[in-house]
Amino acid sequence: MKNKHEKFEKNVGLFAIFTILAISIGGLVEITPLFFQKATNTPVDSLRPYTALEMEGRDIYIRESCNVCHSQMIRPFRAETERYGHYSVAGEGVWEHPFLWGSKRTGPDLARVGGRYSDDWHRAHLLDPRSVVPESNMPAFKWLAENKLDGELTERKLATFNFLTRNRSHKDEQGNRIPLYSAEDLAGAKAAVKGKTEMEALIAYLQSLGHALK
Amino acid sequence: MSSFWNIWVWVLTLGSLVGCFILLRYCLTNFAGVPEGEPTGHTFDGIQELNNPLPKWWSNFFLLTIVWAFLYIAAYGLGNWTGIIGWKSSNQGILNLAESKAQVAAAKENGYLVQYDREIAAADAKYGPIFDAYAARSIEELATDKEALKVGQRLFLQNCSQCHGSNASGTTGFPDLTDKDWLYAGDPETIKQSILHGRKANGMMAWGATLGGEQGVKDVAAYVLSLSDREVDVASAAAGKDKFAMCAACHGVDGKGSAAMGIALGAPNLTDNIWLYGGSQRAVESSINNGRAGVMPAWKDILGEQKVHVISAYVYSLSQD
Repeated sequence: MKNKHEKFEKNVGLFAIFTILAISIGGLVEITPLFFQKATNTPVDSLRPYTALEMEGRDIYIRESCNVCHSQMIRPFRAETERYGHYSVAGEGVWEHPFLWGSKRTGPDLARVGGRYSDDWHRAHLLDPRSVVPESNMPAFKWLAENKLDGELTERKLATFNFLTRNRSHKDEQGNRIPLYSAEDLAGAKAAVKGKTEMEALIAYLQSLGHALK
Repeated sequence: MSSFWNIWVWVLTLGSLVGCFILLRYCLTNFAGVPEGEPTGHTFDGIQELNNPLPKWWSNFFLLTIVWAFLYIAAYGLGNWTGIIGWKSSNQGILNLAESKAQVAAAKENGYLVQYDREIAAADAKYGPIFDAYAARSIEELATDKEALKVGQRLFLQNCSQCHGSNASGTTGFPDLTDKDWLYAGDPETIKQSILHGRKANGMMAWGATLGGEQGVKDVAAYVLSLSDREVDVASAAAGKDKFAMCAACHGVDGKGSAAMGIALGAPNLTDNIWLYGGSQRAVESSINNGRAGVMPAWKDILGEQKVHVISAYVYSLSQD
């Protein structure tokens, strides 16, 4: 007796190719078209690029893995919008590389945390979360207040974002793309962050979140 | 979605469904050259392998999932087609809040709301009248209404407790709301204004250098502590008293704070032994040396005026006997 599917079952390479083909269809249908949709590529009207300090803060947010416990994605449910504000829309995240939507909430969502607390609160909370929220299980991030930024890479980070968002930035009246950061921004990037603490950078980033939709 | 991507989605989706069906039929066909149920000729340790087909209930389940997929598409749509029930979770392509509101208004006009807007409309119908009724009453009156205070407490716990504490008694740097000591006066209307628009203290500057360094700061701190009858070095306090003239612009000549003078500077009363940033000699010195600037965020855009009205009543009630 012979089986026609022996060809696939006894050939790992061939089997792998067909497996990849089979599982890629979902992504091709659901994800690929989104790269080319106006609704997912157009920045919201008030979106502004992160300042140099906020950009450094964002990298600290990533380094400390804040996105593992905090999402930045308010879903369109009343239970969420009552607490966090208007649900997140695609145009708020078009300049995010990588996006920090997260997938799990041990702590609250941070998509619109900007302006909800004072800088002093963030400082106290990051140094010792239980000093302001006794039942909090967030770790303390004491070293942020001690580490200083040197700004060596800041300019290159901003330039990288100019490159990554070159097809999705705002347009001027003639329809030309406006880069996120001008030559001036790039030149001043290092001076803008040098000597600031990581704490200041992270707080600046947190305070910038969620203001784009107005 | 452009017609290219619309076709892309349709072709890939239907293609994969048809493909699944063909693959399933193919796999269920007997190519072994042995009739079903007959021995295949393989024997291991006296155990014969029979050419048995997959159980019917099991393979039919696969067919059922394909049928289900077509029903699902018919109900919820595919590509640009919105399907028979036309369900959507939320509005899309929003670029600003005005646009978001306009979309909801337009949807109400033509009698169709997306899932989220339906949720909100149902909640508004239920809770709207309650908040409307609260908004029509004064804060003083609400502060004696047990039901209103419960609502206010809920909102307070959710939005305010992170700084002011769940019992509203504050912590270092965040004011206690249960006492009668107010940075910006504690009448109902001022409380409401504080919550609606936030407060940004003009900021106490760092006085270290101006006061002549460490000794100057020490003297002023001693004088400040003496205002609330604390035991201090009398000579030091006397030296500090002269320098306190500089502090009087905000804290008042008597040190009773800006609220007592009727101006909204947020400069605390220094005579009552209530200390926002700690009342030890060292803490007071640190405040004088480095300055302080408390910030209360504005809640009007986040909570809306009606909810702030109820929270104001709750906060006002906390300091009433």
